[in-house]
Amino acid sequence: MSLTSNAQQSIEELASVSETDRLEVLIEYADALPDLPARYSEHPDLLERVEECQSPVFLFVEVNDGRVELFLTAPKEAPTTRAFASILHKALDSQSVETVLGFDDDFPERLGLTRLVSPLRMRGIRGMLARIKRQVAEKSQ
Amino acid sequence: MPVELDSNPEFAEYAHPEVLVSTDWLADNLGKPGLVVVESDEDVLLYATGHIQGAVKIDWHTDLNDPVLRDYLQGKEFAALLSSRGIKRDDTVVIYGDNKNWWATYALWVFKLFGHQDVRILDGGREVWIAEGRQITTEVTVVEPSDYPVIVRDDSKLRAFRDDVLAHLGGPLVDVRSPQEYTGERTHMPNYPEEGALRGGHIPGAASIPWSKAAQENGRFRSRAELNELYLETEQLDPTAATIAYCRIGERSSHTWFVLTYLLGFSNVRNYDGSWTEWGSLVRVPIAVGPERGSYAAS
Repeated sequence: MSLTSNAQQSIEELASVSETDRLEVLIEYADALPDLPARYSEHPDLLERVEECQSPVFLFVEVNDGRVELFLTAPKEAPTTRAFASILHKALDSQSVETVLGFDDDFPERLGLTRLVSPLRMRGIRGMLARIKRQVAEKSQ
Repeated sequence: MPVELDSNPEFAEYAHPEVLVSTDWLADNLGKPGLVVVESDEDVLLYATGHIQGAVKIDWHTDLNDPVLRDYLQGKEFAALLSSRGIKRDDTVVIYGDNKNWWATYALWVFKLFGHQDVRILDGGREVWIAEGRQITTEVTVVEPSDYPVIVRDDSKLRAFRDDVLAHLGGPLVDVRSPQEYTGERTHMPNYPEEGALRGGHIPGAASIPWSKAAQENGRFRSRAELNELYLETEQLDPTAATIAYCRIGERSSHTWFVLTYLLGFSNVRNYDGSWTEWGSLVRVPIAVGPERGSYAAS
């Protein structure tokens, strides 16, 4: 199990600021979540709902030539969920199948947020990660 | 000094109309001395993305819970929290939040454990305020700290513990979780992480009334007639009987506690905040599975 350099960067970025500022960093992540391309925004049925999240978050994974492309969406009214999706997007998008499958499942716990957000939220981000890995495994066979 | 009540005729049908305010009322009264507006959301980032002018934030997870004991704040911490938010003991507090005021009613319940007299809910919460195109701001609220007194928390009337629930078996219980949580059904699929209680199901005898049935699509409370039909006629609850509500950790059930107590005028409703995360893992307590309420008789 290992991390990507982007994932490492997020951990360090969050660890370097106070808990209050950490929320500001999360808002920046929420704002940075890329919009879905039309082929998904116009076909929400293609996306998988992450049931572990209380807010409606949907994801879809494409594997092209051994590279993973990640599509995630969550509403503006759910900034924490968006922030988590955005952190995972930064960590895993454009990585190889092997890198994503070998990605550290404990990454969510290493972000230093367990005191700030509820256990249910942490379960949500773990759910997102597990579903991403499962889709990658299925689509790379 | 308390701020005048909202005389909105739509609230008059409820048992205690004084605990609700409308968005119109709040817009008219913002900034009045004696009024503090509190935002309490499930999503910890939401307040920072924009809040009602002058509102302060209280976070259910980091502000209201004790970090060590599984318990709420003690009187000293509650006094420090409310002082830091500029709330005085005789202030009118209006709480609003996301997700149909789920956490707003939870915060109100904790305020009531400390006997804060005048706490009200903004009907429809954050969602309706924003949907009506009313202003929100990211301006930091400047608070003049107050000197809130240290009050001993009173758990005896509004809160139920596991032994209370055991002694109450056979009496009216309301399980406000989703039907899947109630029946004990699970999604056993590979790589779908689950956490929570050891067993799935519900407390024997509990009625299944998901909390959000008390709210309309937009988050406002349903009318008195609709609530009567749901709780009294369909589910046969008795407003004069001691009733206990629970969910997973006591948050959703504080919404139902609010509805039964203030909108329908039940005389004795307690919130079991240990809820399923405690009951579903306890040794030597009975559970029921499936859609039936079930029952249990100690042998």
